[in-house]
Amino acid sequence: MTLYADLQVTRGTFELDIDLTIAPGEVVALLGPNGAGKTTALRAIAGLLPLNAGRISLDDDRWDEPPKTFRTPDRRPIGVVFQDYLLFDHLSCLENVAFGLRARGIDKHLARTEAARWLETVGLAEYGRRRPRSLSGGQAQRVALARALATSPDVLLLDEPLAALDASTTLHVRAELGQHLQRFTGRTLLVTHDPLDAMVLADRLVIIEAGRIVQDGAPAEIARRPRTEYVAQLVGLNLYRGTATGTRVALSDGGTITLAEPADGPVHVAFPPIAVSLYPEPPSGSPRNTWPATVTGIEQHAHTVRLTLDAAPSGPSTLLADITPAALADLHPTPGQLLHATLKATEVTSYPT
Amino acid sequence: MSRRSRSTTGRLPLVLLLPALLGLAFLLVPLIGLLAKAPWSTLPSRLFSAEVWTALRLSLVCATVATLICLLLGIPLAWLLARGNLPGRGLLRALVTVPLVLPPVVGGVALLLVLGRRGLIGQHLDAWFGISLPFTTAGVIVAEAFVAMPFLVISVEGALRAADPRFEEAAATLGASRWLTFRRVTLPSIAPGVVAGAVLCWARALGEFGATITFAGNFPGRTTTMPLAVYLALETDPDVAVVLSIVLLLVSVVVLASLRERWLSGLR
Repeated sequence: MTLYADLQVTRGTFELDIDLTIAPGEVVALLGPNGAGKTTALRAIAGLLPLNAGRISLDDDRWDEPPKTFRTPDRRPIGVVFQDYLLFDHLSCLENVAFGLRARGIDKHLARTEAARWLETVGLAEYGRRRPRSLSGGQAQRVALARALATSPDVLLLDEPLAALDASTTLHVRAELGQHLQRFTGRTLLVTHDPLDAMVLADRLVIIEAGRIVQDGAPAEIARRPRTEYVAQLVGLNLYRGTATGTRVALSDGGTITLAEPADGPVHVAFPPIAVSLYPEPPSGSPRNTWPATVTGIEQHAHTVRLTLDAAPSGPSTLLADITPAALADLHPTPGQLLHATLKATEVTSYPT
Repeated sequence: MSRRSRSTTGRLPLVLLLPALLGLAFLLVPLIGLLAKAPWSTLPSRLFSAEVWTALRLSLVCATVATLICLLLGIPLAWLLARGNLPGRGLLRALVTVPLVLPPVVGGVALLLVLGRRGLIGQHLDAWFGISLPFTTAGVIVAEAFVAMPFLVISVEGALRAADPRFEEAAATLGASRWLTFRRVTLPSIAPGVVAGAVLCWARALGEFGATITFAGNFPGRTTTMPLAVYLALETDPDVAVVLSIVLLLVSVVVLASLRERWLSGLR
């Protein structure tokens, strides 16, 4: 049973129009910048927002098909983990997890036993009597997950499940969430703006910008071959569009890049910032790409320093380069300074647009 | 070094402090006067007279029943105003609060015109069921509920508007119908507002005078509630009026104080 969602929602001037399919056992991450329509898509599938057109169905079972069919959220086999979890504070953790079972008419004693089992599964067996207010962020997230899974939903929807956590707990909670998602046999849609969450947790990424899908594929594929500026930024690559003639690519924004393998026609060209080397003087060796470049920005990352350079007119007008602290000490780059950037042709990936 | 107080905002300006103290005195002095003029020596004997107890019991029963009716009808009405997608909701909300500003006597007259024996609805009640509300204990309850309900509706509606509707969405995704969601999620989350509204409503009902005397009259044992008894006593035996007033004051203070700790603190 595959979840099929042709989502068309109009809200004011914003228009969401995307197609999603999620197979049993599959985890699909919907990734995009703020305002891209990720949460709108999730709310539509949950039934919290009716479609304007399109269809949502689980095989032949129609959930929403305007203008005739609309099933309210309580009549869809779903589980939702909300961004700030929305645990009911007047109920204990156990009662929170049992809520969905009770709502489906399951006997109180049985519901509590089942809820206790779920709390144990997420490692919070002894927290049953506690109020959600007294839990840490990571614990609250696990209770929310247990609550969503307790009803054995066919479709699990996660709205930024890690966004409310602080950095120190995210790593641990993410790993745990991954294990639960792996065990879950239904279909999972994970909405996130964090590429790391998406890459680690999902089998497939669907990237949307301004209400449209811009790229769709396995995490490894997307990490290697981004197709939009936004995706390239997410995965940390330099990305340019251009026209290839043999090993020479004329970039559409000006400048040229030399490839190791010949290509032909419109292509994307991508390479990691770490592949760019910088020198104060024109280098004497023979890397295939050498551009004079002006420093436009300097940014400290964890173990590297990222420079933004302008290599126009011979190279790309926005070029990211990561250098080591040692190289930084040698170069002493300041904004406006002229350096020489080199890039080995073998580091450059090209693929048709 | 200045020797001024260490408060970060400096001293209270006199122009605010003086009227504030005057206001406080204005509210408290009459109550103190009531206690000062009380016939303390004869108080116990007057207190345990049958008239006082009859009136007090009637007052408490009527105010409580009126409050229950207000809860039963007022909470759904508040929900409709806060969550229902009605056209003309603003107008409806204004209409609901009319009894709040209406002189109670006018309310009593209106009730009489509608529910009186010759009234719009009253004549049918009388003809078909033999029910006549005016000048009965039930009439007292109707009059009190009419005057007090807006207090409850406003309080509950405010709590509903402040409550995050996303919790109701969460309940819906867990399979809860709207009625179950209302009972298990919405109602508990607005409980402090409901209790505060019920207290206000009950206090208003307990003190109700104008609508009651107009619609239900003044029949000892049946419709003479405490406020009516106070007014009546003032003409015949002022000392009794003072005693009755003190009893009413005491009941109000005790109820307010006992609820304040447990419930009203949630409102702050």
